[in-house]
Amino acid sequence: MRYRALTILGGAVALAACSASGQSKPASASDAPAPQAETPYASTYQAYPSAETLIIPVSVFDGAGGGWDNGWVHMKDGKIAAVGGPTSRPPEVDNVVDGTGKVVTPGIIDIHSHLGDYPTPSVQAHADGNEATSPTTPEVWAEHSIWPQDPGFSRAMANGGITSLQILPGSANLMGGRTVTLKNVPSRTVQGMKFPGAPHGMKMACGENPKRVYGGKGRMPSTRMGNFAVNRQTWIDAQQYADGDRKNRDLANETLAGVLDGEIQIHNHCYRADEMALVIDMAKEFGYTVSTFHHAVESYKIGDLLRENDVCSAVWADWYGFKMESYDGIPENAALIQQAGACVVIHSDDENGIQRLNQEAAKAQAAGKRIGIDISDADVISWITLNAAKAMGIDDQTGSLTAGKMADVVLWNGDPLSVYSRPEKVWVDGALLYDANDPKRRPVSDFELGQPGEGDVK
Amino acid sequence: MKAFLKLAAATLALALPTAVSAQDVTITNAKLAIGDGSDPIDDGMVIVRNGTIVFAGTAANAPAGRQSGTMVDARGQWVSPGIFMPLTNLGLWDVGAVSESNDIRAGDSLFGAALDASTAVNYASQHIAVSRAGGVTRATISTGPSGSIFAGQGAAIDLGADPDAIVAAKSFQLVLLGETGARLAGGSRVAAYAEFANALHEAKAYAAGNWNAEASLLTRADAAALVSVIGGSQKLYVHVERAADIRAVLALRSTYPKLDMVLVGVSEGWIVADAIAASGVPVIADPLDNLPANFEELGATQSNVGRMVDAGVTVALGGLSGGITGPRTAPQFAGNLVALSKVPGASGLTWGEALASITSIPAEISGFGGKYGVLKAGAAADVVIWDGDPLEVSSAPTKVFIDGIEQPLTNHQTRLRDRYKDLDESDLPKAYDW
Repeated sequence: MRYRALTILGGAVALAACSASGQSKPASASDAPAPQAETPYASTYQAYPSAETLIIPVSVFDGAGGGWDNGWVHMKDGKIAAVGGPTSRPPEVDNVVDGTGKVVTPGIIDIHSHLGDYPTPSVQAHADGNEATSPTTPEVWAEHSIWPQDPGFSRAMANGGITSLQILPGSANLMGGRTVTLKNVPSRTVQGMKFPGAPHGMKMACGENPKRVYGGKGRMPSTRMGNFAVNRQTWIDAQQYADGDRKNRDLANETLAGVLDGEIQIHNHCYRADEMALVIDMAKEFGYTVSTFHHAVESYKIGDLLRENDVCSAVWADWYGFKMESYDGIPENAALIQQAGACVVIHSDDENGIQRLNQEAAKAQAAGKRIGIDISDADVISWITLNAAKAMGIDDQTGSLTAGKMADVVLWNGDPLSVYSRPEKVWVDGALLYDANDPKRRPVSDFELGQPGEGDVK
Repeated sequence: MKAFLKLAAATLALALPTAVSAQDVTITNAKLAIGDGSDPIDDGMVIVRNGTIVFAGTAANAPAGRQSGTMVDARGQWVSPGIFMPLTNLGLWDVGAVSESNDIRAGDSLFGAALDASTAVNYASQHIAVSRAGGVTRATISTGPSGSIFAGQGAAIDLGADPDAIVAAKSFQLVLLGETGARLAGGSRVAAYAEFANALHEAKAYAAGNWNAEASLLTRADAAALVSVIGGSQKLYVHVERAADIRAVLALRSTYPKLDMVLVGVSEGWIVADAIAASGVPVIADPLDNLPANFEELGATQSNVGRMVDAGVTVALGGLSGGITGPRTAPQFAGNLVALSKVPGASGLTWGEALASITSIPAEISGFGGKYGVLKAGAAADVVIWDGDPLEVSSAPTKVFIDGIEQPLTNHQTRLRDRYKDLDESDLPKAYDW
C-alpha cells in the first residue's frame, strides 16, 4: 500500500511518503533541511508499573485482521509479549486474568477528538480549539490548548476502551494548526500525556466552515474557490521558506515545511467527494500527501480515487444532514470504502461518540452486510485500532496485539461489536488503568472532586 | 387516525414513495416483543385488522379461526411495536446549518408560547423517511426556545409516507427553567421564574376575560396559548437538569396545583429520584449523558435512568445526545442501558424495560397509553419486523407498518446507496444511474 512520490520543487527535493506510514524521511542528507532542534514540549509520559499478565482463555481480535477463540494474550514489561490460540502453549505467569466469555482487543484509538481543547464543562472559557482569527494558523499547536483535567478522557477509557487519541484543532480555519497524539493516561500536564514518538499532524479544513467564518468577517475566503486560493498561496510561500535556510524562526512555516518534508501528516476535514478530489490534486501540486480525510461522508463516491492515492477516510457510522456538505451521508459509507479497497477509520469528533466507537463500527459493518458487503469482525476492529494507528503514524508502537508493541489492551465483557458489551479492564503500556470490578481503579479528574457524582460509574 | 384516510391521502402524494394499502396482516413465527416491559416471546403472532392490533402474543393463545389478509412469516426475525420518540425535530428541518430550510428555532419571532409546531410539519422530510426506515413510527415534535422561556406548543406525529402526519396538535407546552431558560429570561434563573410566574398570571387574566394588552408583557396570542397549561388540559414539559432545579420545579405545583408536568433533561434526576417518584411526574431523559457538559449537569451518569426507574419514576428516553444521527439511534441508546446492567455499580434496565422506554412509556407520557408503542389488542398497528434483536446495533427493520399500512423504506440515503454500490461509469456517468 505504500508508495513514494518524488517531487522536484525549485531545486529542493521534497519527498512525500505514504500517508499512513508516518515513516518518511528526507530523500538524502545533502538535500535535507537542517534538522530542527529537539522538538519542544516533548513528551514526558512514562508507563506506570505493570504486572506480567496472562489473559486466558479469551477470544482475541488482534487489530490486524486476525481473530480467534480460546486464545491468550501475554503482557510483560509493558509490552505485548506474545499472543496465542488454542493450540499454542501459553507461558507460565502468576497473574492470570480469566477471559472466559470475554474478548480482548487492542486499545481503541480515536483519530479525531477534541477532548482537552473543547473540554467539558463546555463553557466559553474552555473553548480553545479554534484560533479563528486568521484562515491559516499552522503556527498553533493543539497541545497548547489541552486541559488535562477534561473529565471526558476518563469516560473515553471506561466506556470506550480508548487508549490513544489524536486531538485536533477545530475546523474554522483552512489550516487549523498542529494536532497532537496522546496516550489516554491522566497526567498533571499535557506533556505527560503525549504519545512518545508520535508525529505531529496538521489539521486542514475544506468547505463550509472556513468560508463561513471568514466570509462572515468580510474577508477571504468567502467561497470554496477562495479556500483553495488561500491554501495554494500559503503553500507557495511555505515552499519558498522550506527551500531557504530556515534560519529565521517562523512558526507557521515551520509547520508547513514539516508537512512538505513528510514529517507532519495532513489530517483534512473534508465532507464532499469533489472537494476531496481537489485536495488530492492540491497535495500533488505542492508535493505533500494527505494522511486522512476526516468526516468524509462522501468517500463512498470516490473509493477508487482514495485507494489509488492511499488516503484513509475517517468517518462516522451514520451522521448526516446537520450541514449542507453532510447531506449525502449514508450508513453504508464505511463498507463501500472498504469494498473499494481504501482505508477505513471510524472516528468520533465527539465527547460522547468516543465512548462508543466499537458500536459505531458495528453499525457501519451491519449496514454493509445488508447490501452484501461482508466484512469480518476482525477487520472491523482494525477500523478503530490498527487503521487509526497507521493513519496517525503510531502503528509501529500500538494498534495491534503484536509482540513488542505497547501493551495497550482492552478486555471486553462480551463481543465488542455488540451494544451489550463494555470494557471490563483497560491496560495502557501494561498498566491496569481501568477495572470495572474495582471502584477505585478509574480516573477522577481534579474538576470532579467534591462534586456530585465524584467517582461514580459514568 | 383512520387507515382509510391515510390510504386516500397516500394516493395523492405522487411525488413520494407511498404506502401501498391498508392490509389485514398476520405475522407468525416471530420473536415478539410487546413493548410493555415484558420479555420477548418465542413463536409470537400478531394479528392486524383495519389498522388495529387484534392479537399479539404467543401463537398458542391466538384466537381460533383462519387469519385473513397478508401472511408474513417472520421466522428468525423479531417483531416489536414501532418506536415512539418524544421531543424530536422531525418534519421541522432539512439541513441543520441551512437556516432557511430550518423551522426549529424562531429566533426573531415576537411570539413564544403561541408557536405551534404542528403548523410547520413537512411530512415529506427526509428525516422522517430515514427515521421511518429505522423503525420509528411515532414522535412528538417541538420547536426550540427562541426569545422566551416558553418554546411553544409541541405536536404528536406519525411517520407514515402520507400527508396526514399530525396525530395531535398543541399537545404540550415546553418551558425552560434551567441554565438555558435563565439566559433567555435575561441572565438568571430568578428572571426565568419571574417570567414564568408573570406569564401564568397573565394567562389566568386572559382566561378570566380580564386581558389588558397595555398592562401585559405577553402578546395576546402567548397568553391565550398558556390558558390550557394553567388549567392542566395541556401538558407542561419543563426542561431542567440539576437536582436543585428539579426540586424547585416540583415545588411549583404547590402554587399551581393544576399543572400537568413532565420533566425533560433531568441529568441529575438520580440524586432526587425519590422526590420525583413521590410527585408522580414522569421524565424524558437523555440516557447516555455522563459528562459535566455544564454546571447543571455535574452529576450526570449513564446510570441516571436506571436509578430513577428503580426509585419508581416513569422514564422515557428522548433528547438523545452523542451524535447527529436522529431518532433512529433510539434502540442503540436503549441497548446501552441494558449493557449497564452488567457493569458493577451501574444501574441499567432490563431488556423489556429498555424497549418500553422507547415505545410504550413515551407514548404513555405523551398521552397515548395503550394506543401507540405497544402491541396489544386495540392499539394502532404500528409494527416493526427486524432482522435481529431490535436493540442491537447490527439490527435493522425489514418491514415497518403504521396503522397497519406497510411503509416504504426508501429515502435519499437508500437511493445514494444504490447508485454507488459500484463505481462503474464505463457506459454513462453516475447521473444516469437512477
